[in-house]
Amino acid sequence: MQLARVIGTVVATVKNDSLEGRKLLIVQTLDKNLQSIGKPMVAVDAVGAGVGELVFWCRGKEASFPFKREDTPTDCTIVGIVDSDNHVTR
Amino acid sequence: MILAKVLGNVVATQKNVRYENARVMLCQQITPEGEETSYTVLALDAVDAGVGDTVLIVQEGWSASTVATGKVGAAIDSAIVGVVDRIDLLEDEEK
Repeated sequence: MQLARVIGTVVATVKNDSLEGRKLLIVQTLDKNLQSIGKPMVAVDAVGAGVGELVFWCRGKEASFPFKREDTPTDCTIVGIVDSDNHVTR
Repeated sequence: MILAKVLGNVVATQKNVRYENARVMLCQQITPEGEETSYTVLALDAVDAGVGDTVLIVQEGWSASTVATGKVGAAIDSAIVGVVDRIDLLEDEEK
């Protein structure tokens, strides 16, 4: 899993059936100092995250497990919302 | 599996149901020589690791979710599966 900041949303009308009703968010992955690292990605939301929030996302096939339909085509899913920036302790 | 150092943890009240009662640890990958790399990762703790520990992290979904929650099929891609006591390396003859 990786820390990330939600920096935007994506709207797609035509999409796979199993993505119906799912929120697509743009996430910017962060390093241990909460600095941006790498390019932004599109993630499917599984926890009700919103723009500006600090979250963590899961990669790979496991990303589709939070959804009832396990054929949901995602390789990046938001699985947790960090309470605040201060809740990342080092 | 990768070698990593535990830096701290992350607190999230709102999270996937399979993460309940789990500790999400912030870890930084290290080389076998102990040097830090730039790769950081969040991993679920399955062995009661603490901050500063050198740990083994498995990054394969079936293994990670089984070891961290006891059941397969969770949205977990990394889990701490061991605390490293010692690493022995072949001596570099160049040195």
